[in-house]
Amino acid sequence: MLLSESDIQAIWLTLRLSTVVTGILLLVGTPIAWWLARTGSLLKGPLGALVALPLVLPPSVLGFYLLLAMGPNGPVGKLTTALGLGPLPFTFWGLVFASVFYSMPFMVQPLQNAFESIGPGPLQVAASLGASPLDAFFSVALPLAKPGFITASIMTFAHTVGEFGVVLMIGGNIPGVTRVASVQIYDHVEALEYLQAHRLSAVLLIFSFLVLLTLYAWRPNAKKG
Amino acid sequence: MKLLKLCIVICSLLLCSTAAHAEKITVAAAADMKFAMEEILVAFKKAHPGNEVQIIYGSSGKAHTQIQQGAPYDIFFSADVAFPEHLVKKGMAVPPIRPYAIGRITLWSTTQDASNMTLESLTDPKITRIALPNPAHAPYGKRAEESLRAVGLWDRLKPKFVFGEDMIQTTQFVQTGNAQVGIISLSFALNPVLSKMGSYYLISDKLHHPLDQAYVITKLGSGKPLAKAFGDYMSSKAVRAIMIKYGFVLPGDVK
Repeated sequence: MLLSESDIQAIWLTLRLSTVVTGILLLVGTPIAWWLARTGSLLKGPLGALVALPLVLPPSVLGFYLLLAMGPNGPVGKLTTALGLGPLPFTFWGLVFASVFYSMPFMVQPLQNAFESIGPGPLQVAASLGASPLDAFFSVALPLAKPGFITASIMTFAHTVGEFGVVLMIGGNIPGVTRVASVQIYDHVEALEYLQAHRLSAVLLIFSFLVLLTLYAWRPNAKKG
Repeated sequence: MKLLKLCIVICSLLLCSTAAHAEKITVAAAADMKFAMEEILVAFKKAHPGNEVQIIYGSSGKAHTQIQQGAPYDIFFSADVAFPEHLVKKGMAVPPIRPYAIGRITLWSTTQDASNMTLESLTDPKITRIALPNPAHAPYGKRAEESLRAVGLWDRLKPKFVFGEDMIQTTQFVQTGNAQVGIISLSFALNPVLSKMGSYYLISDKLHHPLDQAYVITKLGSGKPLAKAFGDYMSSKAVRAIMIKYGFVLPGDVK
């Protein structure tokens, strides 16, 4: 076997984290994107900027704030402790919480673009045929925005796989809990285990390339359809 | 065009400002040296005015890897003498390898009275997180692991461990309240700021291999008089006093 047991454990953990984060962001990101695409509110600018922040913010800034906020003395930490969950740093759900923020723009922005490109027309037609706004959303907007959903999900998933800095700051490097593939590679390099680092890096390189290839290969078809 | 001119002016100013100093060295130091080194630096600058000494802190294993990949460090202060030895063997550093301290490890806590603790106390269910520097590349973490293995607690405590990148991050995990106990160096536990925040228990040095710390001048630094001067300064009276203050045992001293 080319990969060690701990490497495989790290890959599984990474896939689990990315799947959970993508799932949560589909639920959380869709209403945000929908609202951003349709609103004329003054809050559109600030909220859009807030969602996009992780694109430009150093992961260390996010990691620092999250470490304090999720710690036992922070607001999030106090809440999770009161709920009986305990503080979130060094836990799988702590990584999920951080990744939801970190990967938010990769979900919201493609969805927002998709919703905006539908325009108000199809929904007005649906309304004139007696559909409620909720009905119109599910039976008209969602199917039309399907390419956007696929792009957004793939990008969110891939971006979470590629997360490193935030995890390093709040993860505590625990095997099977917070030691994701990117951190495992870093550890291999630090310990001069270049061979293992090469193998795991190759896996991630091929994975990332294939993801992007799928995305780009699939896009032209989406336009035709 | 105006913007382009402005850019050129700004860029040339930035270039000038870096070329102004007489001599400059970059020191890679084990993170446990952070507080002691900052005092040493102040003393050294007084004795050698006009020069610039830049210090980069991190785990010794990390600095060791970086130097092998051509990092621009002139001196390397390692918490484990094995790293400088390896660099000399590979021709990336120049002998002599000079010991400067022997480190000690402690249990440190900001939420509990660590002075009454022993290693057994770590099994207390109230302690859910124990932070230590990553044993994979941080010498203090390795010694912490040895000690806990020596008393037969390592496997039992495993689910509680969180690994810091180096001594600084490990301390930060405890400081932020995210871990109740950390295994950190005595030099950190005795630091004026940290000693006010928490208490410590000194782990017996009979439980682990000695933390023999040594520095070496790298190939890059070998031609620089300032690098040699900084190294020599480590054996001065002023530095020895600072090192003792931070809980380091000095080589040659009887324990």
